[in-house]
Amino acid sequence: MSESVELKTEEQEPEIDISIADAVIDKYINISGNLMPVLQGIQDEYGYIPRVVADHIAERLNVYPSQIYGVLTFYAQFHLKPRGRFIIRVCVGTACHVQGAPRIVETFFDKLGIGHAETTPDLRYTFEKVACLGACGMAPLAMVNDSTYGSMTVQKVDDIVADYNQRPLK
Amino acid sequence: MGAKEVEAAFVKLLDEKGVNAVVGKRCDVIKTGCRGLCANDVLVDIITPDQGRVTYDFVKPEEVEKIIDEHIVNKTIIEKRKAKPYYNQFVDAQMRVVMTGCGQIDPDSIEAYMEEDGFKAIEKCIKSMKPEDVIEEVKKSGLRGRGGGGFPTGMKWSFCKASPGDHKYLICNADEGDPGAFMDRSLLEGDPFCIIEGMMIAAYAIGCDFGYVYVRAEYPLAVQRLQHAIDICYEQGYLGKNIKGWNFDFDMRIKMGAGAFVCGEETALMASIEGHRGMSRPRPPFPAVRGLWGKPTNINNVETFGNVRHIINKGGDWYASLGTDTTKGTKIFAVTGKVKHTGLVEVPAGMKIREVIYDVCGGIANNRKFKAVQAGGPSGGCIPSDILDTPVDYDSLIKAGAMMGSGGLVVMDETTCMVDVSRFFLNFTRMESCGKCVPCRIGLKVMLDILERITEGRGEMSDIETLQDLGVAIKKASLCGLGQTAPNPILSTINYFREEYEAHIADKRCPSNCCKELLLWQVVEDKCVKCGACKKACPVDAIVWEKGQLAWLDKEKCTKCKSCYDACRFMAIE
Ligand SMILES: Cc1cc2nc3c(=O)[nH]c(=O)nc-3n(C[C@H](O)[C@H](O)[C@H](O)COP(=O)(O)O)c2cc1C
Ligand code: SF4
Ligand code: SF4
Ligand code: SF4
Ligand code: FES
Ligand code: FES
Repeated sequence: MSESVELKTEEQEPEIDISIADAVIDKYINISGNLMPVLQGIQDEYGYIPRVVADHIAERLNVYPSQIYGVLTFYAQFHLKPRGRFIIRVCVGTACHVQGAPRIVETFFDKLGIGHAETTPDLRYTFEKVACLGACGMAPLAMVNDSTYGSMTVQKVDDIVADYNQRPLK
Repeated sequence: MGAKEVEAAFVKLLDEKGVNAVVGKRCDVIKTGCRGLCANDVLVDIITPDQGRVTYDFVKPEEVEKIIDEHIVNKTIIEKRKAKPYYNQFVDAQMRVVMTGCGQIDPDSIEAYMEEDGFKAIEKCIKSMKPEDVIEEVKKSGLRGRGGGGFPTGMKWSFCKASPGDHKYLICNADEGDPGAFMDRSLLEGDPFCIIEGMMIAAYAIGCDFGYVYVRAEYPLAVQRLQHAIDICYEQGYLGKNIKGWNFDFDMRIKMGAGAFVCGEETALMASIEGHRGMSRPRPPFPAVRGLWGKPTNINNVETFGNVRHIINKGGDWYASLGTDTTKGTKIFAVTGKVKHTGLVEVPAGMKIREVIYDVCGGIANNRKFKAVQAGGPSGGCIPSDILDTPVDYDSLIKAGAMMGSGGLVVMDETTCMVDVSRFFLNFTRMESCGKCVPCRIGLKVMLDILERITEGRGEMSDIETLQDLGVAIKKASLCGLGQTAPNPILSTINYFREEYEAHIADKRCPSNCCKELLLWQVVEDKCVKCGACKKACPVDAIVWEKGQLAWLDKEKCTKCKSCYDACRFMAIE
């Protein structure tokens, strides 16, 4: 389910402070199998994995960049582009599917003008479909960052978008 | 939902009123131990010396003051707000072994766990049993792996024990990728110490000195709770070197997954821990021989570990007395979909599916007709109404064309289209295929294309045969469990619901009014009972309805969201 790698956008990347990445790498440098925790830690810091940082990790951990990109593109969790301030995730697991998740997804697409794993140009929203958030009893389920919204309806989508449109971007 | 707020309200108001009470953390999807009845959140228990335990459901923060004033201060139970009899029925019809702690104790407190005989089982093992005895006891209990395959746990341990090597690993599989199952999450969030103790016992029996818990990335709370529990165990000497002076070493670490279903498969999981792409590899060699970093490794599911301490405490014979001939003990099911009370249900293996759905979970919601229950998720199949008396154990479910899998039971009613469900699962497995082998990578895509054609009304009769042939071929030729089981949902629905496929193909009609391309977007006049539920559901006011009048759907305004279809209890919109 990973997004496609778009390396062309590199020119637009803002200045990246590599020392933050170094701090994360230092923490894990002596542990075996440290590539995943390093990438996870770095994504926590930057919100995504900037290309220069990926190359830097390759150098410091002494692995081929191809191995790093192999891992980055394999797992849905890693992102190669900056993400929105509000991450909207709609569950499309089995329980949510039979309770009407598809229409919730489509309404979000419609309201936000973006598709799965895309970010609005103003970096306000990123939208993602996810498989089972583990709260199937409240299907269909949506999450915005850490807040959970259960028993979703099309009307509630409107309310949520209206609410988050009001919130500050920083 | 909102349990954090309810808890905060209790703490604040109790403080203001100077009442002496302890606020235990309880029920919340986001914050704690699940009691199983998730749809009726927030549940609150009030325990007083006079009245014992009283449970309230659907508690909102505004109501907290009233509950404190009347119940705790004036000692009168608010009968109106008490959880209705279904709650007791829901609880009484179950048998809780693994889930005893969940939702009853504070998952952040080792003291609470100690009160529930915490770490008694590992102490018993080390002080009075040889590792071989522990394995023997687990063998005697008949425990089988709860991760899906159902491999006998005692036997698996003995293989790894017998494997030569000075360094052995233990892995707890908490990847729980089956969309529709969440028992592992609840166990980790509700009773993390119990899983840690289970792993310690396994480590002692097999001779492992290091354990990993591989947790799904989507479960941040489980990670947080478990990490907290691990930290406390280290502080108090239950993990680390020479635990409690018992001359037993065990270290433990959490590994976070990164969002890939196939990583639940054991060889892919180990590749992922090592920091590679999570791709499966052929077995043998089995993990017990060559596992993580080439060392002998034993891997079990969360719920499997959850059973272990109870087996040691109460004995293998006691455990073996529960369940059926081939499946011992209890199993937790996540019952979701169109039932009245969705949630986690722990019952003795061998209970009939009918009892689980009707007696425990209250039957089908909205008075609709039952159609089927999907067991085993993307590797399982459907069980139609005429074989609802199938007992829930590994072998009976496989005979019925489904699978125990992780224990997800998704209940479907007459508005669920079986072709659409097949397409849903196939879409899931195709996206999650690691791509290593051709039958799975390409074959599933071809099957999906055919199913999409059918749901859009462009199917041909020969498609059904093609699907079956492809399905059988993919099952035979795929490398790992993902590909070997992915065709199951399709084969099983064709087997039991062939007429639905035929209706889509021959009549270009979806009998469940579900597949969008085949809908007419109109109200059937002689089915409509003029109730108006559809009008309320429509977000764009496309339904015209007055009291006592038939509803009418305005196709110009309609955005085809299908909300009205689900709202109408009479299947009156086509
Ligand atoms: C595609 C695939 C996904 C799996 N997902 C899980 C999972 O999420 N959790 C799990 O415990 N086992 C999962 N398994 C089964 C594991 O490979 C393994 O058999 C299991 O963890 C062994 O534990 P047990 O003996 O306690 O059942 C999966 C297998 C396959 C083929
Ligand atoms: S069956 Fe599918 S998931 Fe398994 S190894 Fe082959 S391609 Fe990968
Ligand atoms: S499908 Fe949606 S928009 Fe159309 S009438 Fe029904 S509820 Fe309204
Ligand atoms: S919900 Fe169904 S029965 Fe009720 S008015 Fe609408 S179409 Fe008629
Ligand atoms: S299927 Fe949506 S939360 Fe599980
Ligand atoms: S989360 Fe509250 S009962 Fe399950």
